[in-house]
Amino acid sequence: MSGLDPTFTDLPYRALGDAALTRARELGVTHADFRFERVRYQSLRVRDGALQGASDAEDLGFAVRVIHQGSWGFAAGVVLTPEEAVRVAETAVAVAVVASGMTTRPVEIADEPVYDDVTWVSAYRTNPLEVPTADKVAVLVDWTQRLRTGSAVDHATAYLQQVQENKYYADLAGTRTTQQRVRMQPGFEAMGAGADTFDSMASIAPPVGRGWEYVTGTAAEGAWDWDAELDEVPELLAEKLKAPSVEAGTYDLVIHPSNLWLTIHESIGHATELDRALGYEANYAGTSFATINKLGTLQYGSGVMNVTGDRTQEHGLATVGYDDEGVETQRWDIVRDGVLVGYQLDRPMGVMLPELNGGRSNGCAYADSPGHIPIQRMANVSLQPDPDPTGPSTADLIGRVERGLYVVGDKSWSIDMQRFNFQFTGQRFHTIKDGELVGQVRDVAYQATTTDFWGSMEAVGNRDTWVLGGAFNCGKAQPGQVAAVSHGCPTSLFRDVRILNTLEEGGN
Amino acid sequence: MATPTNPQSLVEQALVATTADDCIVIVRDHTSANLRWANNTLTTNGVMHGLTVTVVSFVGEATGSVTGSATTQAQVTDLVKAADAAARAASPAEDRNPLVTAADSPASPAWDDAPEPTDIHVYDAFAPALGEAFGRAQAGGRILYGFVNHEVTTTYLGSSTGLRLRHVQPTGHYGCTGKNAALTESAWVGGATRDFADVDALAIDAEVAQRLAWGSRRVDLPAGRYDTILPPTAVADVMIDAYWYAGARDAWEGQSVYSRRPTGTRIGERIASPGVHLYSDPAHDRLQCAPFNVATSSGSESSVYDNGLPLGRTDWIRDGELAALLQTRHTATMTSQPVTPAVDNLVLDIDSGAGTIDDLVAGTERGLLLTCLWYIREVDAQSLLLTGLTRDGVYLVENGEITGSVNNFRWNESPIDLLRRFSHASATVPSFSREWGDDYFSRTATPALRIPDFNMSSVSQAM
Repeated sequence: MSGLDPTFTDLPYRALGDAALTRARELGVTHADFRFERVRYQSLRVRDGALQGASDAEDLGFAVRVIHQGSWGFAAGVVLTPEEAVRVAETAVAVAVVASGMTTRPVEIADEPVYDDVTWVSAYRTNPLEVPTADKVAVLVDWTQRLRTGSAVDHATAYLQQVQENKYYADLAGTRTTQQRVRMQPGFEAMGAGADTFDSMASIAPPVGRGWEYVTGTAAEGAWDWDAELDEVPELLAEKLKAPSVEAGTYDLVIHPSNLWLTIHESIGHATELDRALGYEANYAGTSFATINKLGTLQYGSGVMNVTGDRTQEHGLATVGYDDEGVETQRWDIVRDGVLVGYQLDRPMGVMLPELNGGRSNGCAYADSPGHIPIQRMANVSLQPDPDPTGPSTADLIGRVERGLYVVGDKSWSIDMQRFNFQFTGQRFHTIKDGELVGQVRDVAYQATTTDFWGSMEAVGNRDTWVLGGAFNCGKAQPGQVAAVSHGCPTSLFRDVRILNTLEEGGN
Repeated sequence: MATPTNPQSLVEQALVATTADDCIVIVRDHTSANLRWANNTLTTNGVMHGLTVTVVSFVGEATGSVTGSATTQAQVTDLVKAADAAARAASPAEDRNPLVTAADSPASPAWDDAPEPTDIHVYDAFAPALGEAFGRAQAGGRILYGFVNHEVTTTYLGSSTGLRLRHVQPTGHYGCTGKNAALTESAWVGGATRDFADVDALAIDAEVAQRLAWGSRRVDLPAGRYDTILPPTAVADVMIDAYWYAGARDAWEGQSVYSRRPTGTRIGERIASPGVHLYSDPAHDRLQCAPFNVATSSGSESSVYDNGLPLGRTDWIRDGELAALLQTRHTATMTSQPVTPAVDNLVLDIDSGAGTIDDLVAGTERGLLLTCLWYIREVDAQSLLLTGLTRDGVYLVENGEITGSVNNFRWNESPIDLLRRFSHASATVPSFSREWGDDYFSRTATPALRIPDFNMSSVSQAM
């Protein structure tokens, strides 16, 4: 495990924070917070054995947010001097004054204990940004070369995204937090053409809050089994290119975590963000069918559905010690025995609905850069496995299906602005006949309404089927922000889901 | 004592500091100001300033690219060291080409000028009107949710081969969603602007009110294929996808709707109706964008070696034929086609297009009028089948008039098919993609299109 990066702790954030907060206090604000961030990125792309692109980037700067005259004011800057910190604080206050003319409901935020100078570092062994680039490129080159040995593979790509995020937060109440986390997303894709078609097959390895050991380490260190997948994908692609087109209709689905995580993200994760339920995303990402009047009564899904929000999950992409409003992170229930029982909150939301979490935020404020204001963002939202260790395995679930599909890997996704109607595709769809896998079909999408879909979930797999998936690139808010989030789930069985043939949908 | 810096001095200092064979420096000064509202009150806001420096170093056949927030000479020197080291450690770049020179791309006359900023005062007229609009909406039983953003980016691109290029890019947009008090009807108004001089909050509220009034009669319709009028904003949504997926390399390698398999592109092939023209032009009125290529890293559709290449009008579809795909010099060699890099605007013109969207409505016996599209994603690359949803207003047209509002739908369609199947088009007007305009691509001009058999795949309960 690593400690705080000294190249970050050497930066003058404490002096800047003190200057900004002191000036904000002098100007009479009722709340002020200061956030200093350095986010380092590296992106590597390889195509057919050659490095196609490599870039390093660093986002460095700070922001001051105030509540003044009952309104928010926010300003951000990049010049790292106390004088500039004072100027940015003054700008934030001036923006709040402008905003007060358009604010009809005074801003309040939920109380939170003071955390005086605490630190938190995520769980990883080797920071990928400290591994020589040439070593990482060599791995990606090797992957594409190995994939291309498959007879059906015409082209192959591989990529590696890496992020190191450091944040310092301070507010007028006295909280000061300094944090560091690392995340990475390796992956690859093989492309091939058949007689009258082409298609691709991508890795199903999830992005993780781990270090380089995820690529080259041992299974005990959480490494993905890249060798097995590199061996498997060319053959799976060859089979897919020859597979028949699916017959549209209604099928039972056994969905692997590599696909189901995304359905959870879209139909549960976003739907239980309280800012959406209250209308604060209505102009952009949308609202939610899971409105606050349904808390405790909405039958979200079947009785085997239990979903948690968790910002403390080890190796989760949304895992952190304290959020961007100085709130200690937590774990809580969102759906219990199929019923809606919780939401994701930040401090402004917490004070609006004291019946939730005792009026306290559950730690879901996040800003993706020093130039953006914190907003309510998703915790790691996960579907719990069957608590019985002898509960169903994936084979058991497949064995229960007479006519169906086994869905593996994500691909295309879309859901409406209240999270009712969704349509997803996948990397591969294996036909299930009388409890056995009998080959792939192509051109498949599944389409459903959220509560119908989760209501049709007959069984969840045991803990051994559970995988922590996730996304690097969840978009939300205006101006747009990108967040990384994990979703764990077991393999699960759904009955009577609508399957589309995408060729027929296109009129071909 | 620190030496005062400006973007030009950061460029020059980087070019002096580099120990690479060649170097390109891109400095972007970015300022922005935004207001966001919901439930008839302001919710968040912000004023931001950022200065990023990208150093691309070239050593032998390799490159290294490093970007960072930098305002001092010391920070720039660190970026140069990192880029030089990255280039020395890199393997040969597959897209290597001679760098563009000042002879290819003459210096910008305004190179020495300072960055042009924006700030909260861009809303000096809009903000009070927005406050008044909140009051009117409250009194009228409407709830407003929306966002305005204005930003100005001044880009400086200098190179060891003599490039000294500068471009100022203002970008602004507004969007306002209105709902009735029962939250059973929704409407949206949005558009792009360069300076907010042409944006009136009270006019926006008035249009939202008119659209909500169209929903006084509610009609529920099942999934199916409908005669459907796509407004310019929705046409912009799907044309942007058609543009983004037009990479020459993917097409050449058999992986897109623009592929002639097993190897080759469909350039020269008719893919749309005669009279259809899809093009980009950096000088297009009200859609002006950078007239030279800027690439901070290489990929399938961009190359750091192409930095500074002059950009002009590029026809992607000409009179229904595929005329060009997104090409770097590297892929142009691969495909034996002209170099046609991406341009930051997009225009769809139809020779037969005339009149307004109101004229299309007046000529429709029974059909649907959409407001905008949402959550658009590629389903099938081979046909460029997209899926998405209607949003914030689907209206029933009967005998040339809007007679009520209809439930939302999920749709599955290909933009290439739409350009072949449309029956009527309006004149091209400035438009704004609801899906992509906020964050990625706001400079579009498109007509409204009437599609005889638009595939509404299923009903969405969203309101």
